[in-house]
This record gives sequence, structure tokens and C-alpha cells, in this order.
Amino acid sequence: MIVYLVRRAGQSVLAVVAMAVLVFLGVYAIGNPVDVLINPEATQAQIAATTQRLGLDKPLWQQFGIFLGNAIHGDLGTSFVYGRPALDIILERLPATMELAVVALILSVGLGVPLGVWAGLRPHGLAGKTIMGGSILGFSLPNFWQGMLLILVFAVLLGWLPAGGRGQTTEFMGLEVSFLTLDGLSHLILPAINLALFKMSLIIRLARANTREVCLQDYVKFARAKGLSGRRVVMVHVLKNIMIPVVTIIGLELGSMVAFAIVTETVFAWPGMGKLLIDSINLLDRPVIVAYLMLTVLIIVTINFLVDVIYSLLDPRIRLSEMKG
Amino acid sequence: MSRLLEVRDLHTHFFTRDGVARAVDGVSLSVDRGEILGLVGESGSGKSVTGFSILGLVDPPGRVVSGQILFDGQDLVAGGEGALRHLRGKRIAMIFQDPMMTLNPVLRIDTQMIETVRAHVDVSRDEALRRSREALVAVGISSPDERLQSYPHQFSGGMRQRVAIAIAMLHKPDLIIADEPTTALDVTIQAQILSEVQTLCAEAGTALIWITHDLAVVSGLADRLAVMYAGRIIEEGPTSRIIAAPMHPYTRGLIESVPHGKRHGALLSQIKGMTPSLLKLPSGCKFRPRCPRADDACTPEPPLEAARPGHSVRCVHPHTESRIEVPTT
Repeated sequence: MIVYLVRRAGQSVLAVVAMAVLVFLGVYAIGNPVDVLINPEATQAQIAATTQRLGLDKPLWQQFGIFLGNAIHGDLGTSFVYGRPALDIILERLPATMELAVVALILSVGLGVPLGVWAGLRPHGLAGKTIMGGSILGFSLPNFWQGMLLILVFAVLLGWLPAGGRGQTTEFMGLEVSFLTLDGLSHLILPAINLALFKMSLIIRLARANTREVCLQDYVKFARAKGLSGRRVVMVHVLKNIMIPVVTIIGLELGSMVAFAIVTETVFAWPGMGKLLIDSINLLDRPVIVAYLMLTVLIIVTINFLVDVIYSLLDPRIRLSEMKG
Repeated sequence: MSRLLEVRDLHTHFFTRDGVARAVDGVSLSVDRGEILGLVGESGSGKSVTGFSILGLVDPPGRVVSGQILFDGQDLVAGGEGALRHLRGKRIAMIFQDPMMTLNPVLRIDTQMIETVRAHVDVSRDEALRRSREALVAVGISSPDERLQSYPHQFSGGMRQRVAIAIAMLHKPDLIIADEPTTALDVTIQAQILSEVQTLCAEAGTALIWITHDLAVVSGLADRLAVMYAGRIIEEGPTSRIIAAPMHPYTRGLIESVPHGKRHGALLSQIKGMTPSLLKLPSGCKFRPRCPRADDACTPEPPLEAARPGHSVRCVHPHTESRIEVPTT
């Protein structure tokens, strides 16, 4: 198990380094930030001075070297716009995005798995067909449109929930969170639903397909032949088997939820990392973009690593073969 | 005393998109306490579906359409799922064909055994574990404590089937339905499992329905045989009588197609043609198109009638003569 963990961690580090190169090169290619930042009437000398101050006059490989060296010490550059460390700015926004993503994940798993299993157990019933029809809408309608429709119905027409912003936050274990106050919670519901809908549809379909497959297996029939209650057959024998693919998807999707909550955050004016990214791209605030991408890569790689560990706990067959390897 | 199991005119049909497949079409059979019945037939003859019907485990689109299944006087068809669940695993157990597929791959053996114990009797986890351990020892598994902690993939095929048998024997059931439990195993393991099941059933007084396509296996095991063809029983009687003097041309064909030492070098006889599609069964006797003895008299389907005491056959032109040599296991 230790050998497996070490090897798996090595792969993760390699992935982060590869992404660092790609991110740096990719971002270097877009525009010249000096043009945006500086007064249009600035003289050539002023431009040159600014370029030198930001380190943009050095050759590319040197810039990358500096970037990598600093990154290892946790310094991902200073924002051109805010004049503060880029990582700090992003980390300030991280709790808002994390909160949104975690609530959305809980919603999508908490509703998606039971609905999917239900639809899988009764594929020809009315409920099963309705659930499947709903899931098709869930992932084929554009996310931003779903968001606007949610605002239109629940905020504008019914007036039940606020249309945007984060509402009141309280401190919880050192983080600013909004789910502990009624006002914060009411601001959280709509964006969380918006972010959850797509993933929930995905999980419903996955859970349904797997349930149908697992139900045909002899071990389910054998479990019934042992006289177990239908409840135990589904909750233990079926559920534990379908959770293996579901956990993979949850892992992959949690990363992408944190990283790409951009659309939802923009529609609902949620002050998270995604909104910061869009603002930074518009301003060509390169360090912030790079820091954002690096942080995202780190998050996704870490989650995937954790998923592989959970995986081996769920499926004894993986544990054994990997231990040998 | 009434019989342990009595199946009367059972019909189990599968309602598919292409039509209704009559997998079991009017099967009647009975099993006494402690008796071993061999249910023999080719693939698709309805023998497995008959077994699943008894336990109410037929998967949709199939279902029991009509008939009675009397277990110890209680009608299982009319009783519904609730009544069946309390019998399953406790008084009627089942062993499946493929030991690789019958144990849940992600649950430890102890979990799978303890849940079986606790589904029927209200005992502590420790007591359930003790009974599970005992059951494993009874089927000849060494170091049961270690085995209980293992997952199914850590066992060989023969071991898994032993575990499945141990699970079936946990409650000392009145009846075990074994659906080709040795087909997927090596011949040496087959023989071991066969003799073990026989011993266990004899000790506990458990009746057995042994479903198989392999006459050689069942001839040394069963007290009585029922031969199925196209969802019907076409011949039924004491094993020795059926092996020695099969009356139905189909049974005779089956027996003669088994390789046999004394006919060394001779060509094996075979039954020409193949089993009919259940969606398009021929009229009259279902074996008619393949039967060397068929004529116009076979067009109305013959009933299953007693030809000799305790030996019935569904044929207009049964073999009454020749004793053929018995293939030995």
C-alpha cells in the first residue's frame, strides 16, 4: 500500500510540473499586459521602465525559471492590478467557491444517487422515465440559461430568494461561510442548484446504468435467494457496487466544479474565484491567471489522488493488485 | 404425509418484444423429504427457470403465469413476495451455476454469511459468526477464521462454490435447488463437491433438486430423474430405470450421446437438429421434428402418462424394449 501511495504521489507531482510549463507558456502568449495597465499617453521610456519592473524584458526561459523558483516557495507572482500577491487574492476568494462547490456536490450526490438507483430499479415505471427525462434536460440545457431561468422564476416572479451576491457570512473554523445564517443560506440556494443540476444529471444517468447492470448479476439474485430483505439487497449489495464508478465521477467533477464554477459565479454575481478569473482575463492580469490555473491544477490533482485512495478502500480487488504491483 | 414440494401445472412465460416465450409450459413435479431429484435437459429446456420459479426469482420480463407451487402445503405462487422471502435461504436454499458470480465481489465472506444468518434468526453478530464458521468447516474449508476475513476474489472457483454451499446450508434448509453447481468446475473438484453435497444433505435430511444437462453427473446422485424438453417434462421416473431403459426417444438420445468406455471406437450417436425456439414451438409433440419415430399420431401432443409403475413418459411411441448399457460416472 505504501509503495502504491508513493508512486501515485510521484505521478501527481509530475502532472503538476507538466501543467506549470503549459500554463506559463500558454499565458505568456496572450497580449502584452503593459499595453493595458499603463496610461495610453505614456512615453516609450515609461513603458520600458514598467516592462522592466514587471520583469517582462527578460528572456522567456528566465521568466519561467523565476516563476518556478518562486512557485515552490508559494509565491505565484504579484498581481499587476492589485499590487498584492496573486495567490493571496485567489485564496481570499477560495472559500466562497469551495462552499458553493461543496454544497452543489452534496446536492448532486444526495439527490442524484437515490434518483438514479430508483430509476434503475424500475426502468419502465413512470417515475423512472420522468427522472430520466428530467436528467436529459438537466445536462442539455445551457448552464447559464438554467441560471437565468432560476433567477427569473424564484427571484423575479416569486420573489422567494435573492437574485445574486453572497449575503451575510459568518466565521466558521477560520473561514467565511454563508450557510450558517438564514440570509447567507438564501443567497446560496439558487447558485448551488444551478451548479449542481448538470452534475446531478450525470450522476443520475451513471447510477441508473450501473444499477441496471448490477441488478442482473448473479450475486444480486443469490443475495435475494438468501432471503435478504429488498432493502438490504439494494442498500448494501447493489449500492456498494455502483459507488465505485460514482466515486470516480464525483472526484473528477468536484475538481471541475471548484475550477469552473465560473459561469454560475458570473450569473449570480457570486464573489468566488471564477468571477475573479474572468475579471483578470479582461485586465490581462497575468500572475492572477497563472496562480488561478496552478491552484486549480493542484486541487484537481489532489482530489484525483484522494479518489484513488478511496477507490482502493471501496474495491478490495484494486487494493490487492496494486499492492502487488 | 404430504410431499415436501409439489409443483402443479406451472407456467412461466417471458414477455419479450418478439412474443411470448413459454420457458416453462405445464410442469408438474414433486419432491419428498430427503429425496434427490435430478432435473435434466439441454440449454433452454426450462430447467433453470423451473428452479427460479419455485423461489420466485424469475427476472422480468418473465413471470409465473399460472400453476401451483405447494411447499409443505403452502402455496408459494399465491403467497407472494413476503411469504417467499422468509422461506428463501431458510427453508429453501439455492446454489448457482457460476461460483465466480454468486458472491458479491466487494463484500467480505463474513459479511455475506452473517447477513444470511441474521436475515432469518434474531441472534447476535458473534453467534452469527460462530454459525458461519461452523458451516465453513462443514464444507471442508480449512482455516475458516482467515477465510471469513477474505474477499471472494481471493478464493479459487471450487472454494467459492464451497462457500456458496456453506451459505445454503446455514439454516439446514428442507430443500436445496442446485442449478448446475458443478458445471463451471474442474472434474476433480466436481466429484468432491458432488460427494460433499450428497453427504451434507443426507446428514441434514435435506431434499435436493439438482438441475443439470449432464446425465453422467446426476445418474450417480439422484433418486429420481425428470427430463425436460421445450418447457415440459417428457419423462420421469427412478434414476436406475430411466438410465437403464429410457422410454422417450429424446431421453434415449441423450443417454446414447454420452461417451462410454464399452463402446470405445464406435461413433457417438447424436440427436439431429437443435432445440426449437421457445417463440416458435412445433405443434403436437415438441420433439416431433427431431424424432426418428415420429409419425402422424404425434400431432396432438401426448400427455405425460404412467407407462410403468412410477415411470411416466410423454410419448405415443415409447421405447419399451432394449436395455442399454449404463454410462458410469
